[in-house]
Amino acid sequence: MPSTRDIRRRIKSVKSTAQITKAMQLVAAAKMKKAQDQATNGRAYAETMNKILVALRDAAEEGSHSYFDEGKGTKTLVLVIASDKGLCGALNTNLFKKLVNTKIEGDCDFVTIGRKASQALSRLRKTLIADFPIKDPAKFTDLRTAGNFIQEKFRSGDYKKVLIAFNNFVNTVTVVPTIEQLLPVDKVTLGGKRSFEGMGSALEVKETDHNVPEYTFEPNAAAVFESILPQYVNNTLYQMLLEARASEHSSRMVAMKNATDNAKQMLKDLSLEYNKLRQAAITNELLEITTAKMALE
Amino acid sequence: MPLKLEIVTPEARIFSDEVDSVVLPGVEGEMGVLPAHANLVTTLTHGELVYTKGGKSTHFAVGEGLVEVTGSTTRILTDMAVGVEEIDEKAVQEALDRAKHALENIKPGTDNEEVAAVMAMIQRSSAQLHVKRKRHSL
Repeated sequence: MPSTRDIRRRIKSVKSTAQITKAMQLVAAAKMKKAQDQATNGRAYAETMNKILVALRDAAEEGSHSYFDEGKGTKTLVLVIASDKGLCGALNTNLFKKLVNTKIEGDCDFVTIGRKASQALSRLRKTLIADFPIKDPAKFTDLRTAGNFIQEKFRSGDYKKVLIAFNNFVNTVTVVPTIEQLLPVDKVTLGGKRSFEGMGSALEVKETDHNVPEYTFEPNAAAVFESILPQYVNNTLYQMLLEARASEHSSRMVAMKNATDNAKQMLKDLSLEYNKLRQAAITNELLEITTAKMALE
Repeated sequence: MPLKLEIVTPEARIFSDEVDSVVLPGVEGEMGVLPAHANLVTTLTHGELVYTKGGKSTHFAVGEGLVEVTGSTTRILTDMAVGVEEIDEKAVQEALDRAKHALENIKPGTDNEEVAAVMAMIQRSSAQLHVKRKRHSL
């Protein structure tokens, strides 16, 4: 039977835990909003690029770029985007589970963003060829290094294709681990709306209508195409990273909310127990006094 | 007829206003755009972008990207765009020195991911410095 002092001590510690988790919840909510805003700010870029791509697709010759064909190699390169920090529920675990359960033909090499991803992959004894630390909030310039590295690897011909594993942000409570193909670029969906894009339905990037004006391309369509595709790939990657970041923060927010609720429930139970004990002690004392008094009479 | 200039990066819309003319660093040399320009798409390289409005010209340092010109709008898609007032010359110079130093210290045989990152850094920094210094000497 714990004494009242023990219980008081526990109440104090649970209370401060609840305060911390509450603060973390609020911080995560603010960061999630920021990641969403970042994605919204990038829409003008994505839309214009889609428009130009649609115009280019018609102007450039079919299959004129190496990004449209599978590489000569047999291996697959997988980029895993996970979080740097924990305390975000089953977010990373679900992603790795999905990754392990997905059958990928041939050997896989891995590139990671986020500390949790590199840790998990080295535990699984996978071949890790590079890890890119990207701070929060994600900057495009930071990501470009990773993007260029991946494209370089694909161009070298060692890899058949490049896949991205990340957490797709559907809404605040729903996060779906997703594996998408980054390279070769799918010619059909080029310039169209991508399924993962847009942070839930409210922020979708508009699909380009096919009435794009005719452009003159300088120096020529093929050269412009050559330079636009890497940028398109990097931008796609950036959108995925923002999705992953928004997912991370929303999961953390939910996890912390649950933790706060649990701590509050625990506080309730503990104070009940404390009050009971205190009451018992008082009753006991009263009994002692009255018995003593009666004995004296 | 006004010409609308928009500068967008994957992170934000940096600039959007009506201007009189734009001079930008195209892949085949500097290119001037006036209102009612023919529809054009071209690639942008590191360098200086100048637009004039009411006789006053404003300078931007821009990175690689794309330019889309239609009759009424010029849209710049780039990964970097910094107004000349925002360039902190000292900080950029330091970054440039750091990058150059890093480049010298990279051992031969290391993965080219590092080299690529440092080279990109150097390019960005020197573009910014170039624009800033030019403004000073005027």
